[in-house]
Amino acid sequence: MRNKTKRVALLGVLTSVALVLSYLEAMLPPISTAAPGIKMGLPNIIIVFLLYRFGVKEAATVSFIRVFLVAAFFGGNIMTLAYSTAGAVLSLVLMTLFKKINIFSVVGVSIIGGISHNLGQIMVAIFLFKTVQIGYYMIVLSVTGTLAGIIIGFIGSVLIKKLEKVSF
Amino acid sequence: MKEKRKFKNDVILVVIVIAVATLGLLLLNLFKTEGEMAAIKIDGVVTEWYPLSENAVIPISTGVNNEQKNTLVIENGEAFIRDANCPDKICEGHRAISFVGETIVCLPHKLVIEIVADDSGDGLDAAV
Repeated sequence: MRNKTKRVALLGVLTSVALVLSYLEAMLPPISTAAPGIKMGLPNIIIVFLLYRFGVKEAATVSFIRVFLVAAFFGGNIMTLAYSTAGAVLSLVLMTLFKKINIFSVVGVSIIGGISHNLGQIMVAIFLFKTVQIGYYMIVLSVTGTLAGIIIGFIGSVLIKKLEKVSF
Repeated sequence: MKEKRKFKNDVILVVIVIAVATLGLLLLNLFKTEGEMAAIKIDGVVTEWYPLSENAVIPISTGVNNEQKNTLVIENGEAFIRDANCPDKICEGHRAISFVGETIVCLPHKLVIEIVADDSGDGLDAAV
């Protein structure tokens, strides 16, 4: 019972940390105005950490609560919510898959997450704008997604290692 | 799997992504050239060409009684549909186009705006 309470409290704290990271990222100047959508994806540090230290269920829960809260707090609409959700779902599914296959380290799994996050959003854009050519943008985004994935994966793996002995 | 081996796989992953992206970018740039003319295709037949170098507002009428209207705008070397009286308005929402092969399609009006190169072998000289 005590453990469960502790767990819920901890997930709550991590959700708010993810939310703060979203806010922080939104305040930073855009990396490129010519190419919208290029982001570090700071909140994904928390998602990667959760995926490794807790599990898919916890990572998914925090991820969806964050996406919803970001839309609610920072003025999102149905379209931005669709983008974020698609990115979050696809990256979570693929990261879980590649974590299970166990061929990549945390960094590799995070790279998969970075690329698939962009892919999910591009797929929504193609669907919404009915323009297949939007897919060309994925070329740029796959590289920036990889870079973001390396950084996030590195920070995530440091977190996982440092907190290895802490029991949740 | 050992951590060392996993790290190696991470590196392989990065190399593959960058290689594929570079190849894609190369192919795209190889085949993507700035177009010079906007061709108006009605029901699969090109009816008119307009140079992208001259700003213009071109009303297009199609259909049996010419009741189907689209307004093509050429501005700063790019072409886009400003307004249309079709039901779905997809063509209006399409971003401006300027590269060879790019198209804006108005399905209900069977209208296609396509960017073509100047020397596309149509037997027509550009009016520029």
